[in-house]
Amino acid sequence: MSDPQNPNGSSGPVEPSEPATPVAAGTPDTAASAATPDAATSADDRPAVAAPEEVPPPSRWHTMWQQIVTGNALISVLSVVLALIVGAIMIAFTDENVQKASVYFFARPGDTIVAVWDSVSGAYVALFQGSVYNFRRDSFADGIKPLTETLTFATPLIAGGLGVGLAFRVGMFNIGGRGQMLIAASVAGWIAFGFDLPVGLHMFVALIGGLLGGALWGGIAGLLKARTGAHEVIVTIMLNYVAFYLVSWMLRTPGLLQAPGSSNPKTPPMKDTAIFFDLLGPRYNLHFGFVLAVAATILVWWILTRSSLGFRFRAVGENPNAARVAGINVPSMYVYAMLISGALLGLAGVSQVLGTVTTGFTAGIDAGVGFDAITVALLGRSTPWGIFLAGILFGAFKAGGYSMQAAEGVPIDIVLVVQSLIVLFIAAPPLVRTIFRLPDPSKGPKRPRPIVTKEVEAK
Amino acid sequence: MKLELRGITKRFGSLVANDHIDLTVEAGEIHCLLGENGAGKSTLMNVLYGLYQADEGEILLDDRVQHYTGPGDAMAAGIGMVHQHFMLIPVFTVAENVMLGHESTKGGGFLDLNDARARVREISARFGFDVDPDALVENLPVGVQQRVEIIKALSRDAKVLVFDEPTAVLTPQETDELMQIMRQLKEAGTSIVFITHKLREVREVADRITVIRLGRVVGEAAPTASNTELASLMVGRAVELTVQKDPPQLGDDALVVSGLTVIDHIGQLVVNDVSFEVRKGEILAIAGVQGNGQTELTEALVGLATRVRGSVVLDGVELMGQSVRKILSAGVGFVPEDRNEDGLVGEFTIAENLMLDRSDGEPFVKAASIQRAALADFAREKVAEFDVRTQGIDEKVGRLSGGNAQKVVLARELSRELRLLVAAQPTRGVDVGSIEFIHKRIVETRDAGVPVVVVSTELDEVAALADRIMVMYRGRVVGIVPGDTPRDVLGLMMAGEPAEGAAA
Repeated sequence: MSDPQNPNGSSGPVEPSEPATPVAAGTPDTAASAATPDAATSADDRPAVAAPEEVPPPSRWHTMWQQIVTGNALISVLSVVLALIVGAIMIAFTDENVQKASVYFFARPGDTIVAVWDSVSGAYVALFQGSVYNFRRDSFADGIKPLTETLTFATPLIAGGLGVGLAFRVGMFNIGGRGQMLIAASVAGWIAFGFDLPVGLHMFVALIGGLLGGALWGGIAGLLKARTGAHEVIVTIMLNYVAFYLVSWMLRTPGLLQAPGSSNPKTPPMKDTAIFFDLLGPRYNLHFGFVLAVAATILVWWILTRSSLGFRFRAVGENPNAARVAGINVPSMYVYAMLISGALLGLAGVSQVLGTVTTGFTAGIDAGVGFDAITVALLGRSTPWGIFLAGILFGAFKAGGYSMQAAEGVPIDIVLVVQSLIVLFIAAPPLVRTIFRLPDPSKGPKRPRPIVTKEVEAK
Repeated sequence: MKLELRGITKRFGSLVANDHIDLTVEAGEIHCLLGENGAGKSTLMNVLYGLYQADEGEILLDDRVQHYTGPGDAMAAGIGMVHQHFMLIPVFTVAENVMLGHESTKGGGFLDLNDARARVREISARFGFDVDPDALVENLPVGVQQRVEIIKALSRDAKVLVFDEPTAVLTPQETDELMQIMRQLKEAGTSIVFITHKLREVREVADRITVIRLGRVVGEAAPTASNTELASLMVGRAVELTVQKDPPQLGDDALVVSGLTVIDHIGQLVVNDVSFEVRKGEILAIAGVQGNGQTELTEALVGLATRVRGSVVLDGVELMGQSVRKILSAGVGFVPEDRNEDGLVGEFTIAENLMLDRSDGEPFVKAASIQRAALADFAREKVAEFDVRTQGIDEKVGRLSGGNAQKVVLARELSRELRLLVAAQPTRGVDVGSIEFIHKRIVETRDAGVPVVVVSTELDEVAALADRIMVMYRGRVVGIVPGDTPRDVLGLMMAGEPAEGAAA
């Protein structure tokens, strides 16, 4: 046909200033832009010979977004390492002994270095002992308690992270975790304290009720997006407020959620028949919710990698245009995704009221998990097992942060800073690549496979 | 100012978009750059404007060699460009848009809007533009927006003005006004490069005409040249294409389209009352310059257009108003024009892309689960059958070359039980070897008794495949002619002039 062949038969150099993508790679990040086709009457002069370059690259924002939420797992690991290093620097700077020793740094630098080592290692050892295993306890049963605490804290983070991550994979940002958790917790709590049902059944009904509540709250955002194009970020943020004040009001209204005879905005305790049983006996706080979180991870893994629904989810998330052309009903995928996402965040809420805080809850029951879940999903690269591991890591931060503060006097805020830094580094892959001198995958001819993700998926 | 391009060569990978192009534009001359879509006109102008760096060749202004690294340098050198898609900020006023990038400030860092206003008024007055400097650009009609672009260029003392397909978005009246403006500019000594593929406009204003085809200058012409001469230069000689094609074994009318009308998302009438029918075992090629409604027509056939009227009947079943899912299930195969955007999910593997439009049931989905073994077998078979050059079925489609990616699309669409194949630009951005393969498969599909609709802006492709050719212009059917219609006739029809003897 019409392709003039290069006389040399080889690829000419592609100028670095070339705004479009190099030809051989096609569009390496074929995350689709939402760009609409050109106005029809504009007789468009795209050279057919150079068509691959002239196709507008997918919108930078979408490409970047897809990279951030589903990028390389190596970046995740390195982000954690970097954040811990920066955290160490902060610990050292805020430590009193270091400050004292640094006054005479030039006279005796050794003192400062020792003080820095003491403060940093002390803090991170305390973090470890508070989250994994405490060597100072005599028996194994006592020593391992921190690990069970970590898993307890991780339970809602995993469930919530799965919810946010699933929405990411469909190209949606569910910031409404808080609202979905609150609604789910309220429904589950109301069933748990307000009804008398047999053991087991009661818990089951409360659980299902909570999941439906979360799904409903998430589904509203999905439905609005599907029907009207309302952006889910705005809608879910606003629904957070709606849920918060709705639950606050119900907590202050006798006959709804407020405990009878009390004037506090708090519910009565959950009935024993409804609460999640302890997995390892009364000595530990770890409850049945963790099993549900594991089950949810497996379920989400199955949905995303093995089911036809997940196939469509991913197609819509990666390239909604191609999905539409392939006959996939894109709006309904948005609705389904938000229903499932909401239900998963609902599971996080349910595990709070039925597992962690069974003595009655307030409007703060979500404990910020709805937002931490976003971090967890990012760190886990929106893959189910990545989120599982990330949830446990963040659970460890939560569990260990307290002991770090108690044992070493390191402010717990450091842990929050480390968590925030993790997100910051994940959101800036070029920064991490520069620090560790990694090649930029989008520049190379071939993109390195996300190694760890594959392994994680194979589990 | 005299503009001279010497031996400009621009390659994209292995494709040569501009091949040693020489072009001289004298001061105060309107020089038309005429060529089909994909001839390389826009690439050349992007090189001139500093958006692309030429691989070879040089640009001279008044006999001085220019070296620029970006549009800023080009502007400083006196080159202005009126883009086909306006580079204006809709929520800014005319004056703000004109000063954008060259803001002058008063004391205290305040923008000197008055200066910008004065410049807009001055240039408006000089050319009789009647543009209000304080009007918001988004409130202006398209023709006036274009004048703002012209003012913008002139306010930076452009001595060479490039108009890239300026009439594409204009109404006939606005086009006439633009012609008038161009003549005025010429009188004022500005050199003008006018890129177009519309013959009538060329003959009206051009002083000289350079015709570009496939990245090369194929000839110069005087404005007195006839449309036929220009058209034959533009479409060039037939390139040898070896598609073995027997005479069609025509069956009954399978696809009957009548009164199809499509309105696009900004409310423009893009397909206007189109009617045609395709018989079983026949290829109908829809020819036309890009953007004359062919894309929207194919999208309407598969149910992707939202604002449509008319009727599309396939084997007696009305498809209009059905969902895309239902239409695909009715046996319509669709090769979209932009495969990266609409046909494939780049981050998906080849295997996953092969089941993209069959995620709702057998053979790849049972009990809501993907049948991975069945899919892998299928994918391996299709990769072999369609000769997709790849490392394996788990390779991401985004890494494949254009030709191989297109084969994946084709493999997917042709592996269903088809009752109609709609292929839009099936070989755009595809290497020559793959083109032959794709053409062969399309002809085989026809010979299996399937009606085929092929949209192409490439006359070579049209000539190679078509049993009948339908030419579209501005959303309307110019005519439906036999597959062996001469190229110059087609070229004229693509410019909107119904050929004599062509059945409208």
